[in-house]
Amino acid sequence: MTAQNMKKIYLYSRFERFWHWTQAILICLLMLTGMEVHGVITFMGFEKAVDLHNTLGISWLILFVFIIFWLLTTGEWKQYIPTSKKLFAVAMYYASGIFKGEAHPVQKSEDAKHNPLQRLVYLGLSAILLPLQMVTGLLYWTYNDWPSYGLDFLSLEVVASIHMGCAFALLAFLIVHIYMTTTGHNITAHIAAMFSGWEEVPEDYKAEDWEVHKK
Amino acid sequence: MRFIWKSVQVLITVSFLCTSAFASVETAPGREMARQATKGKELWITADHSKFDALKQPFKSGPEVTKACLTCHTEAGHQFHKTIHWTWLDPRAEKELKVGKGGLVVNNFCINIQSNEPRCTSCHAGYGWKNKDFDFKSQEKIDCLVCHEQTGTYKKFPSGAGNPPPPPGKKFGNKFVKSPDWNFVAQSVGRPTRRNCGTCHFFGGGGDGVKHGDLDSSLLKPGKTLDVHMGMDGQNFDCTRCHTTVRHEIAGRIYSTPAATSRKSLLEDDLGAKIMCESCHSAKPHKSELGMKLNDHTDKVACQSCHIPTFARELPTKMWWDWSKAGQKKDGKPYEVKGEWGKPVYMTKKGDMRWEKNVVPEYYWFNGTIDTITAKTTIDPTKPVRVSMPVGSIVDKHSRIMPFKVHRGMTPYDKVNKNMVIPHLFGKDSAAYWKGYDWTKAVTAGMEYAGLPFSGEVGFVETEYVYPTTHMVAPKNNALACEECHSKQGRLEKLTCFYMPGRDASSIVDAGGWFVVIASAVGVILHALGRLFIKGRKED
Repeated sequence: MTAQNMKKIYLYSRFERFWHWTQAILICLLMLTGMEVHGVITFMGFEKAVDLHNTLGISWLILFVFIIFWLLTTGEWKQYIPTSKKLFAVAMYYASGIFKGEAHPVQKSEDAKHNPLQRLVYLGLSAILLPLQMVTGLLYWTYNDWPSYGLDFLSLEVVASIHMGCAFALLAFLIVHIYMTTTGHNITAHIAAMFSGWEEVPEDYKAEDWEVHKK
Repeated sequence: MRFIWKSVQVLITVSFLCTSAFASVETAPGREMARQATKGKELWITADHSKFDALKQPFKSGPEVTKACLTCHTEAGHQFHKTIHWTWLDPRAEKELKVGKGGLVVNNFCINIQSNEPRCTSCHAGYGWKNKDFDFKSQEKIDCLVCHEQTGTYKKFPSGAGNPPPPPGKKFGNKFVKSPDWNFVAQSVGRPTRRNCGTCHFFGGGGDGVKHGDLDSSLLKPGKTLDVHMGMDGQNFDCTRCHTTVRHEIAGRIYSTPAATSRKSLLEDDLGAKIMCESCHSAKPHKSELGMKLNDHTDKVACQSCHIPTFARELPTKMWWDWSKAGQKKDGKPYEVKGEWGKPVYMTKKGDMRWEKNVVPEYYWFNGTIDTITAKTTIDPTKPVRVSMPVGSIVDKHSRIMPFKVHRGMTPYDKVNKNMVIPHLFGKDSAAYWKGYDWTKAVTAGMEYAGLPFSGEVGFVETEYVYPTTHMVAPKNNALACEECHSKQGRLEKLTCFYMPGRDASSIVDAGGWFVVIASAVGVILHALGRLFIKGRKED
């Protein structure tokens, strides 16, 4: 990478960092206990795993409500508006440019935290995958009350399978997501930013108009 | 005066301590009512039978005692005649079917009582059922004592058709059975205790623990760990505490009649039978947050499934009985081989037998009733014949998953007519199997006695006989862990008619999911290696 003058920008607010990491811990523990319930690993015993999984799941649901509220009230939701502009360029960068030492086609700025690929992935995650996981989890949890809810037509096998499918998708996301943190200007740059809130970006980079959302 | 005052003080203190001790004990709903109904004999039993003139006559036989009982208990005879303890027939089944051990039902043990009465009916609560001529209308033939005497000295003779031996007594094998002191036992009567019920129910099939596995003589003085309700150091319940009785009809399961038809707690109906766990514990017995999920199970899983982890925990029970091996002799004489625990593993009379201890039950959907076949039922000898089977299914809302002892064996059947047969086992005649050791002769005699056709060809077929496991409830700390069922090779491995977390998974979702996860991992590793490798080359 060619040496560039870097500047620090404050990208992730305190609450944003809090929810990111809390969510990260919750998901990892849910993954662990969920795998035990599913019979993949043996760790703390089925009973404790189920109990912890349920508690964690409900905690996550509560946190998620706060996250959505925060996104809506701060206008941060706009960071997730998908765009096809430069989407291909970003994809091409990770597929080949990164190996050649080329610069990332889209840099971070206060008004555009996420590149087009991130926007697409995070939107899919927070608007489809996570809600689906939560809904199927809630259904799974309330299995015995289905008749009183008028949900007799549901099959536990289907609900459990969707829940498990989403878990696999989340695990795959987690692997790629963690790996992607190493693609900054140095290996730990992105992770450090997620702790401190401050991200280093090239000094002379100016976000293009389409990237910026007027708040 | 001072002394009286002191005594009153002590009494007050003691009663205060007692009540506070009770209050601190976690109370199951209904327990208090059950306690009121049974606690304190002085409240309910107002008679000392040793003071009754009717019982001071010089008795010489059981029927004489019964006659005396009936002078006061005027309705007891009619009542008892209607119960299964007298008829040995299922009251709900059609008469012609003859369902019941007194009818044509076959079991896995000595098969059927027809033509073998004197041996089998030693457990009948009556005197002298030795053949078809037994008078079921006679009230004097009822044996009140076997259930009510409290001396523990009253013994019926094992092959005496329900009669105790004549004075002074009689030898049975190596044991001497003493003739009863009729007045002594008659004057001792009271409500049945564990010993009374156990006299027959612990020794069914001719020996301790042979039949049930959850009922044997270890329940005479059990510890709390063997049975939390009956434990001497626990609740110390008698059988009658749960097997509540109305007009001599004792609550319990009778073939096609469930032990109780509704699942009510005593809080809903304090006159309901106490036979179900729910009667005292309600349908939501588990406390705490974890308990909520356990309570979710009570609609589909019987309490017994988790709370009776194994049966025959102290004494072994018979699990296998192969009649086809019977009849072998040593030096021309019948013999016996004893195995572990001193129990016979081979007997010329009975064949091969297997005993087990601490047995893990088998699980079936069960609605409280059991279907049985009789010697008239056509069977399929190419597969194990279920001579008795639990009735129930996942779609039946009265069914729950219940633990069973499944006794297996090889039992004689008619190879041509394809039905189970009734062998004439016991008797002094040469046709009796235990005299002549000739199956054809024995079955011919037995079937003729029962009025059933027989082709003359005896074969042996594997048979299964089920007993719901419902006694020997362990303390809650010994209940099954969740993963005993919620795991790939758990106890419910064979009940595949539903999706169970921890056991079941969609193979497509799992395979696809792991593929995506592993592909992602491989992808990022290759990507990382690519970055390292190309970057390295550029620096060269």
